Amino acid sequence: MNDLSEIKIDSEVYYTCLTRKYLQRKVYEPANPKLLSSVIPGTVTKLCVKGGDVVKRGDLLLILEAMKMENRIVAPFDGMVKSVCVAEGDKIAKNATMIEFE
Amino acid sequence: MSLDKIQMLRDKKAALEKGGGDAALAKQRAAGKMTARERIEELLDKGSFQEYDLFVKHEIHDFGMAGKELAGDGVVTGTGTVGGSPVCVYAQDFSVQGGSLGLMHARKITKIMDHAIKMKVPCIGINDSGGARIQEGVGALAGYGEIFYRNTMASGVIPQISVILGPCAGGAVYSPALTDFVFVVDNVSKMFITGPNVIETVLGEKISQEDLGGARVHAEITGNAHFFASDEKECFDMIKRLLALIPKNNMERAAAEKPAEPRSVKKIEEIIPSDPKQPYDVRDIIRAISDNSDFFEVHELFAKNIVVGFGRMNGETVGFVANQPLFLAGVLDCDSSDKAARFIRYCDAFNIPIITLEDMPGYLPGVDQEHAGVIRHGAKMLYAYSEATVPKITVILRKAYGGGYIAMNSRHLGADFVFALPSAEIAVMGPEGAANIIFKKDIAEAENQDEMRKLKVQEYIDKFANPYVAAGKGFIDAVIEPSETRKALIHALSLSKGKDEFRPVKKHGVPPF
Repeated sequence: MNDLSEIKIDSEVYYTCLTRKYLQRKVYEPANPKLLSSVIPGTVTKLCVKGGDVVKRGDLLLILEAMKMENRIVAPFDGMVKSVCVAEGDKIAKNATMIEFE
Repeated sequence: MSLDKIQMLRDKKAALEKGGGDAALAKQRAAGKMTARERIEELLDKGSFQEYDLFVKHEIHDFGMAGKELAGDGVVTGTGTVGGSPVCVYAQDFSVQGGSLGLMHARKITKIMDHAIKMKVPCIGINDSGGARIQEGVGALAGYGEIFYRNTMASGVIPQISVILGPCAGGAVYSPALTDFVFVVDNVSKMFITGPNVIETVLGEKISQEDLGGARVHAEITGNAHFFASDEKECFDMIKRLLALIPKNNMERAAAEKPAEPRSVKKIEEIIPSDPKQPYDVRDIIRAISDNSDFFEVHELFAKNIVVGFGRMNGETVGFVANQPLFLAGVLDCDSSDKAARFIRYCDAFNIPIITLEDMPGYLPGVDQEHAGVIRHGAKMLYAYSEATVPKITVILRKAYGGGYIAMNSRHLGADFVFALPSAEIAVMGPEGAANIIFKKDIAEAENQDEMRKLKVQEYIDKFANPYVAAGKGFIDAVIEPSETRKALIHALSLSKGKDEFRPVKKHGVPPF
């Protein structure tokens, strides 16, 4: 029989094989509110802020062009930009960190 | 009739049957692929193919298409027989403009699909196409839409089989996705909505076609493919095997064969370990009870924690749904629920009785499962079992804990027969978990907590880890010896031949898709 691993279900430990998909599953990490990530893959076509800038909720931070749309990425709350993690022209994936707030 | 006219027909046919020409066909073969016509020949009974629409021409004049001859407009369509039984078939011809789909190409396909629906025979589509013929613009899109519409109309009426023998990208993927069974071949099949080129342009991410949407990915990870073959020949053999097991349409039963005793010598009581934490291959149980020990597995590589597929009992086709303790302890999760639900609905649509073999510890815990929607996916299985009116028989082999007990075709979801082996444990949860909750106080207050926990777990096992509590409530019909399993199943199946069950009148339900 294949190599057996332990798996715990409702306090019981079972001996069983694991699947490739199970081994590749994403381990959950709680979202960090200080990090602003992309929700869609695309290209950063315009950057409007830099590290140290003070922004108000709703201020335009950058334009992320994706699926032929120019998406306006705005500040989710009042605060200060700690660092900008992307540059104009960057192609970024989904869930890529774009801006870090203080 | 002038013999010249006959000769002219022969010449015309010979020219068109060359598809994209000798060079293009040679290229196809050099890539390790059969040509469209070779594939149809391989699939159908020898000499049974009747081609339709060989002379169909496209009507496009833009972008240099005027006067351009595309043999058969890039697709071969017709009828024939497989194992003596009629089928409709089409095969896209990659040698003709990359098998690209234009309006007339699509109309040839929809014509043969309409034919299949009207004549109530299976329809088999062989896909090998670069995608929409861009020169045709919206005409190509119309073509896809008309195919999807017919796929949906034919669903649950005639078996629809898709064979991916080359690229199948963009909108084209949705026709196979709407059909009952998708076959893929290692290193040949490629399916994706957005190909590697676009992904690289947009994201800068490099990925090969194989890693993005190759046969193995769809057979193992996405579940888009039901059958994985290592070459085209094996693929066609598998299709023939499937066609022999299923009925021609939803008004008939699958053709019976001569009953045969199982060949497997493994005994059920020896296959199932007595420790409920130890695994075994549930397919050994299926082979211990099915005719000839034959089992034709569907979705063999996807969601391996549940096993589904066809076999025969006393000569007649049945569908097996079985938890697989060998993988992930046989838990239910998003993928296994989807897999089982789809298979149950297929069996129900095509008059195939369902035998459920149960040994599962519960649902897979984890944030990824919860966030992936295990609630709505799991609900599909409850829905599929409850809605099915074909004979539904359950054998509880070992663990039947909690929500999973209900989900696996329990009496409460309308099972016709529920049998349990003496090894069955039908309980609200595993002994460990149950004892920790019920005897929380006793354990906490005990001097030696571990000792007390052990004691209480054993107390729970003695009391509830058996089939007799459920049997005492009439939730299972009989506790049987392992050696009686096949006999009990055949008896139940023969008793349910005339089963008639009514459902409230409705247009259709609203399953948790």
